[in-house]
Amino acid sequence: MSLAFNTLLSLIIVAVAAAAILGRQAFMAVVFFIAYGLLIALAWLRLEATNVALAEAAIGAGLTGILLLVAWTRLRALEAPAPSPPHRLLQVLAGAGAGAVTLGLLAAISQLPAVPGLQRDVAEHLPVTGTDNPVTAVLLNFRTWDTLLETLVLLAALVGAWTLTRDEDWPGRAGRRHRVLPDGVLAQFGRVLPPVALVVGAYLVWVGGYQPGGAFQGGTVLAAAWIVAVMTGHLPAPRVDDRWMRMAVLIGPTFFLLVGLAGLVVGAFLYIPPGFAKPVLMAIEATLAVAIAATLAMLVFGAPEQGESS
Amino acid sequence: MSLPITALVLCLTLPLLGAIATVAAPRHATPLVTSVAGLMVAVTTGLTSHVAVHGPVVVALGEWAPPLGIQIMADGPAVLFLLVNALVMAAVVLFSLAPIGQPGPRSRLAQTFWPLLLLLWGALNAIFVSRDLFNLYVGLELASLAAVALVAIERKRDTLNAALRYLLFALTGSLLYLLGVVLIYAGHGTLDITLLAGELGMHPTDALAIGAMTAGLAAKTALFPFHVWLPPAHAGAPAPASAVLSALVPKASLYIALRLWLEAAPGAGDAIAVNVLGWLGALAVVHGSIMALRQERLKLVIAYSTVAQIGYLFLVFPLALGAAGAVGSGVADSAWNGTLFQALSHALAKAALFLCAGLILEAAGHDRIARLAGVAQALPVTLFAFGLAAITLMGLPPSGGFMAKYLLVTASLEGGVPGWGLIVLAGGLLAAAYLYRPMASAFRHPDQESAAPFTTVAAWRQAIPLGLAIASLALGILPAVPHELMGGMP
Amino acid sequence: MTATEWLPFTVCAAALIGLGLYGLVTQPLLLRRVIAFNVIGSGIFLLFGALSGSESAGTDPVPQAMIITGIVVALSATALALALVVAHAREGGRDP
Repeated sequence: MSLAFNTLLSLIIVAVAAAAILGRQAFMAVVFFIAYGLLIALAWLRLEATNVALAEAAIGAGLTGILLLVAWTRLRALEAPAPSPPHRLLQVLAGAGAGAVTLGLLAAISQLPAVPGLQRDVAEHLPVTGTDNPVTAVLLNFRTWDTLLETLVLLAALVGAWTLTRDEDWPGRAGRRHRVLPDGVLAQFGRVLPPVALVVGAYLVWVGGYQPGGAFQGGTVLAAAWIVAVMTGHLPAPRVDDRWMRMAVLIGPTFFLLVGLAGLVVGAFLYIPPGFAKPVLMAIEATLAVAIAATLAMLVFGAPEQGESS
Repeated sequence: MSLPITALVLCLTLPLLGAIATVAAPRHATPLVTSVAGLMVAVTTGLTSHVAVHGPVVVALGEWAPPLGIQIMADGPAVLFLLVNALVMAAVVLFSLAPIGQPGPRSRLAQTFWPLLLLLWGALNAIFVSRDLFNLYVGLELASLAAVALVAIERKRDTLNAALRYLLFALTGSLLYLLGVVLIYAGHGTLDITLLAGELGMHPTDALAIGAMTAGLAAKTALFPFHVWLPPAHAGAPAPASAVLSALVPKASLYIALRLWLEAAPGAGDAIAVNVLGWLGALAVVHGSIMALRQERLKLVIAYSTVAQIGYLFLVFPLALGAAGAVGSGVADSAWNGTLFQALSHALAKAALFLCAGLILEAAGHDRIARLAGVAQALPVTLFAFGLAAITLMGLPPSGGFMAKYLLVTASLEGGVPGWGLIVLAGGLLAAAYLYRPMASAFRHPDQESAAPFTTVAAWRQAIPLGLAIASLALGILPAVPHELMGGMP
Repeated sequence: MTATEWLPFTVCAAALIGLGLYGLVTQPLLLRRVIAFNVIGSGIFLLFGALSGSESAGTDPVPQAMIITGIVVALSATALALALVVAHAREGGRDP
């Protein structure tokens, strides 16, 4: 029964992915990709990885989908000329190559022995990590350096996006100016959704301490709250040199680094003493969630532009 | 409080804190970046001397030992790369104070250049000391995103095109690398290089993993034929960014490949694979040099020179891991040390060349080789630095480049494969040819009618590339300490 | 869970990687190349998850944590890539 469901789901996933990649229209490709992301999240649930399912749904499908839609809209408005379709020979060669890669991978994997992972090690040390969620323990205690670098990757993407602003538009309000009717459907939407998203996001961050959830998943939902509020006209888009926005974006990596450096007095880096683990982890989660929310929202708003309103 | 551990941790965190500070307080960027640069040079030098005397510094992050946690290690080769990184970055910081500060601290350029440069610095340092394959992936991504953004910073259509192409190659490389990481964890249950030592090669997935990772890292290192993204990207970026991009960024991905092959999987390299890498390196030397000879713009000559010089770095695979290395450990050690000398001296010399090109650009307003007449008289210190850096790249004594070539040729002769040594020597001759052209042009006296006035450039800024060029020569004049630190084959 | 129950996802992941590679090579539109990258990435993550875990010891949280990190890193790269694509088009650039 389980096997049959998984097989069916896998077939649907491949079909939707094929539609996204091989389809004719770019817009449909984006739409199919969003659907694909949600189906992948379903697959993660089947793989008993609820934390990953939440992250994939929120970030992989949701936020990536928004970025793709915004980019598609801008590109269509710019009336970029359509490039020439690929050469037949290239398609055949690429198809053969892709097939070879897939089959080669499967052939190699079929000979893999069953190697025990690190589940037992994690479970053994979980009590001193300050959280009951094993994935959170890995992210924020065992392999903190990865997570710290990851927050800086987000910052690098944001600064990189900012660097593409035209000099005359800098520094200004993020994104393009657009008008929203105060009584329209969009505005109504914008009154209801943000408060709900705020509560859900905060809950997701909090509950990550002992159930699936955490700073990344919750932070993305919080970002959605801000994004909807701005796009429906209830809040003005923030300026890129806005002090509070920058503080919010930076508080995650800064607090993380300071906590990490505090351990230097005992000759350790990124050490979280078991006695203080729970409050320290909660504080890291909270500051991370704020930083992720701010950074993701700013990435969606984009670089400042004075262009024509859409 | 352990001083060496503190120094190592500061090497990782100071640039990152500096990047955060420059985003938080852009008006104070100048004192912030200069203090970070100065502190980093001091800390890195201290760490290097400690490692030279007492051996490697190892830290288990969070006090969790692998395979559960991540370990960082500063051994001889690692600190050498940290030190060269610090010297090049500090030079670039000093060099950039004037051109980046000119539009003002509120400008887009100032507010984005410093954070990206410092994030790149931190990412590179993280790569040089990390012992965990997934951690190396995250470091690579941070470095790639920062580097791509630095290429795009001037926002012209051609540079945006170059940046997009760079990003395409970089992301493809990262995905290939990640696939390898997944297969290795699935096969071995750990990603720590020390724990994997000698273990890789047991499963068919291992060969696939190493192949995928090497292909991905080769794309990021711009090995022929994956080099097409490099010349437009490095020529299109502003000169100080090009210096960092050419000198350091490809070295980081190569560094990972070397650790992977030489430490984690020494037995996995079969004769075909290592020779393929060697042949691609040889093709890079020849193709890059010939393309450099044909360029009309100085920055493109220097960028193609990078493609050529990176080719030398891949000769270590056949020389140290192939049939030659089996002849005796002396051959493998010579090849390893020669490669390190090449990587380090090229970093210093290439950075010097790009900074010189930047100064020439500022003075003459263009970098067309045909019209550089009179530049040598206007910028004597700059041309002197250019000449010294060229000595290293050509492999003339006394220089780090000469040490590199000497060791590589010796290894190839002793290993019974003189062909590789011939490539090394041929590359040196070609380098002399493509570096001679711009210098000859710059030393020509300008005709009176077409004499365009040169913008004056401050003497202290001209001294910066001179310092880097002298450092690259110092590697050859005083090779004992670096040689000691490099050690034998890991 | 058993290894055989998760087998379809392993095959699915390998297919996604191949499909994404095909899209990366053949798609002329840069926007759709970004989509292809994301398909390859999620395929690699899915492979990671499907290969981890065992019947006796349960699921392995370490790959799950790495995958979450990978999802965020992939998003950052996508964001920068799309910003570059739009800026390039604004300056009159054409997709290759």
